[in-house]
Amino acid sequence: MTQTRNLIDENGKRTDGRTADELREIRITAGVVKNADGSAFIEFGMNKIVVAVYGPREVHPKHMALPDRCVLRCRYHMSPFSTDSRKNPAPSRREVEISKVMREALEPTLMLEDYPRAAIDVYVEVLQADGGSRCAGITAASVALADAGISMRDIVSACAAGKVDDKIVLDINDTEDKEGGADMPLAYMPHLEQVTLLQLDGILTGEEFNKCMDKAVKGCMMVYEVQRQALMQKYFGNESELREEQ
Amino acid sequence: MQEIRRKYVVPGDRIIDGNFRPLFNVIKAGNSIIATRVGIAEAGREGVKVIPLSGIYIPRVNDVVIGKITDHSSLSWEVDINSCFSAHLPAQDVFGRDFSPARDDMGSQLIIGDLITTRIIAFDRSRDPMLTIQDKDLGKVPRGEFIKISATRVPRLIGKRGSMIQTIEQSTRTRILIGQNGIIVVTGRDSDGIKLAVKAIRLVEEEAHTANLTQRVKSLLGVPDPSRQEPSSIPKPQNVQKNDELQSSIQEVEEELEEEVEEGEKT
Repeated sequence: MTQTRNLIDENGKRTDGRTADELREIRITAGVVKNADGSAFIEFGMNKIVVAVYGPREVHPKHMALPDRCVLRCRYHMSPFSTDSRKNPAPSRREVEISKVMREALEPTLMLEDYPRAAIDVYVEVLQADGGSRCAGITAASVALADAGISMRDIVSACAAGKVDDKIVLDINDTEDKEGGADMPLAYMPHLEQVTLLQLDGILTGEEFNKCMDKAVKGCMMVYEVQRQALMQKYFGNESELREEQ
Repeated sequence: MQEIRRKYVVPGDRIIDGNFRPLFNVIKAGNSIIATRVGIAEAGREGVKVIPLSGIYIPRVNDVVIGKITDHSSLSWEVDINSCFSAHLPAQDVFGRDFSPARDDMGSQLIIGDLITTRIIAFDRSRDPMLTIQDKDLGKVPRGEFIKISATRVPRLIGKRGSMIQTIEQSTRTRILIGQNGIIVVTGRDSDGIKLAVKAIRLVEEEAHTANLTQRVKSLLGVPDPSRQEPSSIPKPQNVQKNDELQSSIQEVEEELEEEVEEGEKT
């Protein structure tokens, strides 16, 4: 990760015109795949990702079933047309890893013990890739799981922070990921205030790490608002303002 | 005591603080009650719950469900009940206690693909659901239009003491079998009536959580307003033209009915 050019200009603006604390534009739509039990489509900057959730359903092969809880299976996949040069559709080493960390990021929020001997399948299909597709994938998967009516302790929101030109910035994009100093994806449960995924690619000092962490958590809170809005919009439409009669 | 009626929640939302009893689709975290599913939260003296708006069917003992025979062994049929668990119907339940796999032909009673109305007699975390068809109104479904809706919409489709489903049945001259698992079979002599009933069921499914649903179902079905007593103004059931005045009076009556339906969902 050697930096070759300035990624933040004299006005403090980044390559895509954002400030250090600004997220890319996020749009989430719940319930886009009618065949699935739950689904979501997310546009996170240039990322376009569709997530479909099936289940709880019967486990095949049967020997994979667990007697006391549900099996969560995650598949992160990038379409061949999602990047500049064609991506081989076979699961790469990177995709296998992301599928695994994604599963581990979602597992703590799900009440898997409610559905013994069953399986939940989460399919994350990246249609267009920009930096931070794993965070966008987790964010959309969380909405899709809630849409599927699976019991959850909280919604998982994910967002990255990192170091660019020795400055700590929120929501690293593709250029900053490749040419910047460090990239730290974080998945967070906003109500429980717990971290479910923390990865770090690059080098940060202790102080920088703390700053990065605070910034990423703030980013996750902003992402959460969009997730909540997407679910409210699907289920309650225009009535989504809280009607509370005491 | 503080009460909450109809609060829209998503997983993780705090419903209420205090010493309340968590009923279903909620968890207790410290002093707060947290929702675990998307739905409508209600808190009262009896406890706190969330009426979910999505999700698959999880079997419960004594539920009447409609299932499809998918396979059979020498001792039981395997039944798909639209859930993550496949259910079993023991052959002894159909043939009686003296059932013998060597003597009795299971295919003579039920074959693969048959639809049955059945009741769940046993189910827990460690076992698949066990079914029975030995009761009134249970057994093979001979004919009808098959519809699948989300199991979370079934209480709304039934309404308080069956008010919604009775309205649909009476005005379309059909008979509607509803399984708690969201499988519905509509039968009737008139194909137009069946089509209209299916349309009404789909409307309930799509707009289950909205207010004034009974009114919209009735206007789809062309049911006249009972509060209007003038016989000349009651049009034929299939073709109703309501003026604005009539609409508003319907709305008032329906809002009261709506409250009743929600009461029905609670019980």
